[in-house]
Amino acid sequence: MTGRRPTAEIAAAVVLAAAAIAVLPRVLELFALINATVYASMAVLALSLGLVWGFGGILCFGQAAFFGLGGYGYAVAALNVADTTWAVPIALAVPAAAAALLGYVMFYGRISDVYMGVITLTVTLILFNFTNSTAGDQWRIGAAPLGGFNGIPSTPPLNLPGDPGNPLPPERIFAVAVVCLAACYILGKLVLRSRFGRVVVAIRENERRAELLGYDVRRYKLGIFTLGGFMGGLAGLLFANCVFVSPTMFSLFYSGQIIIWVMVGGLGTLAGPIIGAVLLQALTTWAGTLPAVNPSLILGAVLVAAVLALPKGLLPTAAAALRRLRRRDAAP
Amino acid sequence: MPIARRSILTGLGAALAMPAVMRHAALGADPIKVVGIHDASGGLDIYGKPMIACLDFAVAELNDAGGLLGRPVQLINYDPQSNIQLYTQFATEAATKDRAAVVHGGITSASREAIRPILHRYQTLYFYNTQYEGGVCDRNCFCTGSTPAQNVNKLVPYVMKTWGKKIYVVAADYNYGQITSKWITKYCHDGGGSIAAVDFFPLDVTDFGPAIQKIQAAKPDVVVSALVGGAHISFYRQWAAAGMKSRIPMASTTFGGGNESLVLSPEEGNGIVAAFSYFQEIDTPENKAFLQKFHAKLGSAAPYLGGELAMRTYVGFNLWAEGVRKAGSIDRMKVIEALETGITNEGPPGRTVIDGRTNHVTLNVYLAECADHGFKVLETYPQQPPADTAMVCNLVKDPNSNRQYVIDVKI
Amino acid sequence: MDLAVAVALQVLTGIATLLIISLGLAVIFGMMRVINLAHGEFLMLGAYAAILSARAGLNIWLAMLVVAPLAVGAIGVAVERLVIRRLYGRMLDTMLATWGLSLGFIGAVTMIFGNTVAGFSAPLGSVAIGGYRSSGYGLFLIGAACVLIAGVWAVLRFTPAGLIARGTMQNPEMAAALGVSPSRVYAIAFAVGAALSGLAGALIAPFSGVVPTMGTVYIAKAFITVITGGAAMLAGTLSASGLLGTVATLGTFATTPVLGEVAMLAVAIVLLRLLPEGITGRFFRRSL
Repeated sequence: MTGRRPTAEIAAAVVLAAAAIAVLPRVLELFALINATVYASMAVLALSLGLVWGFGGILCFGQAAFFGLGGYGYAVAALNVADTTWAVPIALAVPAAAAALLGYVMFYGRISDVYMGVITLTVTLILFNFTNSTAGDQWRIGAAPLGGFNGIPSTPPLNLPGDPGNPLPPERIFAVAVVCLAACYILGKLVLRSRFGRVVVAIRENERRAELLGYDVRRYKLGIFTLGGFMGGLAGLLFANCVFVSPTMFSLFYSGQIIIWVMVGGLGTLAGPIIGAVLLQALTTWAGTLPAVNPSLILGAVLVAAVLALPKGLLPTAAAALRRLRRRDAAP
Repeated sequence: MPIARRSILTGLGAALAMPAVMRHAALGADPIKVVGIHDASGGLDIYGKPMIACLDFAVAELNDAGGLLGRPVQLINYDPQSNIQLYTQFATEAATKDRAAVVHGGITSASREAIRPILHRYQTLYFYNTQYEGGVCDRNCFCTGSTPAQNVNKLVPYVMKTWGKKIYVVAADYNYGQITSKWITKYCHDGGGSIAAVDFFPLDVTDFGPAIQKIQAAKPDVVVSALVGGAHISFYRQWAAAGMKSRIPMASTTFGGGNESLVLSPEEGNGIVAAFSYFQEIDTPENKAFLQKFHAKLGSAAPYLGGELAMRTYVGFNLWAEGVRKAGSIDRMKVIEALETGITNEGPPGRTVIDGRTNHVTLNVYLAECADHGFKVLETYPQQPPADTAMVCNLVKDPNSNRQYVIDVKI
Repeated sequence: MDLAVAVALQVLTGIATLLIISLGLAVIFGMMRVINLAHGEFLMLGAYAAILSARAGLNIWLAMLVVAPLAVGAIGVAVERLVIRRLYGRMLDTMLATWGLSLGFIGAVTMIFGNTVAGFSAPLGSVAIGGYRSSGYGLFLIGAACVLIAGVWAVLRFTPAGLIARGTMQNPEMAAALGVSPSRVYAIAFAVGAALSGLAGALIAPFSGVVPTMGTVYIAKAFITVITGGAAMLAGTLSASGLLGTVATLGTFATTPVLGEVAMLAVAIVLLRLLPEGITGRFFRRSL
């Protein structure tokens, strides 16, 4: 997996991100730009599951849990500190810690596939139910009321570090989101190139064999799962900055959507989930404007078609070809 | 079940007959853009669809009469599908892309608190035409529905006088239900009564079996419900199925706001008492004339208007139009100042006057009992001021206020 | 004392409801090792089948007990033919495809009937337990759950078809070698599971109201019940719904509906941590 290719991909990601930041705020209306920020946060979320599921082989039905925890972590912290920069580490630490804890329970308990799906799903449902029932006055953390069903609409956006009186305008938030997306992609690439990443992929390919070779499978799974939780939290933070946090972030619908994005975009790739998220978000938004067609119908049809016709996602042939190329490059 | 079938058909008919964007090209000049954001689908559509029908009707009526300031009014309806995040999206779109002169919309308090700050930030005038829990203090936002000092204040003393002083409260678990239940408690204590318990239910709860047993164990004289949305209708159904209808009477701050009285059978609904600032059944010449026009225009697609939500949307739009006429402009600040002089509307629900100190309204309140898919009006309380919001909000003194006060109800 | 009886009845109703909504999923999972995520929409379609035929003038009991299972069973046959059959042995893909079907059904039904709550009142009046009153329909649900469980058990235990089903469940290769066509058995199992789900949807409709999205409220509960129960379809579902239904109902009595459900979910997690193969992975292993 070493060689020139990943470096070229990283360079491409940097160039694309720079181009997006330079061009889009000039050509898009404010409304479209805010939507583009939402897309970027969704892409980060898709990427997080793409890493955990596509490379770690762990199907998590509850990636939305980390998304929501990141969003709520940010909103609650931002309402309690003057300088919202300090809310960022909290918003990232909470979901990462939750992923570590949940991962510890699952992997060290040797819980396998379907059961893991149920546990992650159940945890998400618990969080959904809990946040949904926090409308009363008694549910507040410091200066931040949790708001129940309402969520926290009055979350202050990020500000320039050290300058609390100067919240970032939507154009800057967009730039932050694009930088985060590119950074997550590059981080994913680097992790997969590392020794750790290669072991994670080896475990996905054959868990028993990796174990017999002396690797502590549980530790590696925990590592990649925690990284996924961290990225999911980052997506939630971005989402809190362009929309606002509410219990729907924990909903079954989100958890499902993320899986669909990754599945359609291409399991086992990093660019695939990003493409899947952006394409399907655009599709559902467009479908929502059609008076006669229900967006769920379109999303459902796409998913069934994807499973039946493109079981490996939109990028299967491309990814396979790339992998062959990479192997040829790496061989000598 | 002929009635239920009809309600589905009218719902469908309304959905088909209403394109998302209504254009009125008949009048020549550049149109004034008005945006409506109401749920036409999802769990809250029982409220949203009649509200949209009334807003459409009000705009058509205005355009038929020559438009506003010689310009036609173009209404753009968005359907947030009972999804709060879509509310924020559409509010941003209305303010930054459509550059609407005014936004009418929001049903739940959750949706209002999602879009009100956005419209305030982008300086787009906002009308919230729904009965709610009170306390919004924002010059940019006019709340034209009734609040607890107007409706709960009448409902609770009535039920205590009629049925007894021990009240059990069941409420929807979000800010409306939380705050309304406090007001119920306050007025109950003011009247020397006691609260047996207050139970909150998330909007998607459909199984009320345990709750009904709990109510029976508490043996209240009356149950007051502040339940909201389609799922909560099953509470009334299960209550009747358990044979409780004849044993413990019920009143509600929300029942009849949507199509509850139509969906439920008379055995399930009859006798539930509600207080709103309008009922379709109120017997005044203005209301009769309005209904005749409304039905002539919409035909079989005309929804049942029930409690106040749909009618307040009609009145709210006309208050705004009157404000524009008085200001002679659609400039936001000029319209706000004109409205705050105390614009009055003599509409189907009686006189409505804007209170410039709170940007809420003084209105008539009616108390009615559900009877055979409709309501029978029992009492009328004319010209009730928004006393609750006035306790915490004075926009004359504090014109830059931009928040909802949670009124500290002394329980 | 009256209160204790009333609460006990409520607990039994909670268990019965959980059992009824999970059984169709359990049959499909137990027989085919397929998780049908369109299960919630099978419930929804059953409820619509019942309500539409009742409105067309059919007797309410016929609509609920006959039309609903037949209609959804037929839909199940179509789904099996068009989608599930192509994905045998690919559990994950089956889950995703059925998830897609679930979204598609919600969308289609919303387009046809609108996203409005319809519903019908519970037949049967109320019953008195001392000073308490309870819905007679709740008692009917408890009875229906018993009949359903007993029925499925009797079919599996005493009929030739049941024998073939059990054989295929335990060892599909061996059954195939003996001349049984596993794909035919699977097709029938899926249709039966779908029919049971349709019946369940009609049975819960008077309590829940009928909306296109009603399935989403139940799918997670059914899914968790079946997986917590483990491999044995009847013993697993029965024990899991007994446990989880009790926890949820008592939790709701003691606190709020939300905390009741949270308690149930927490118990499910703890159980799966302790018994990673579900309840019947450890206990009642030889049962059906």
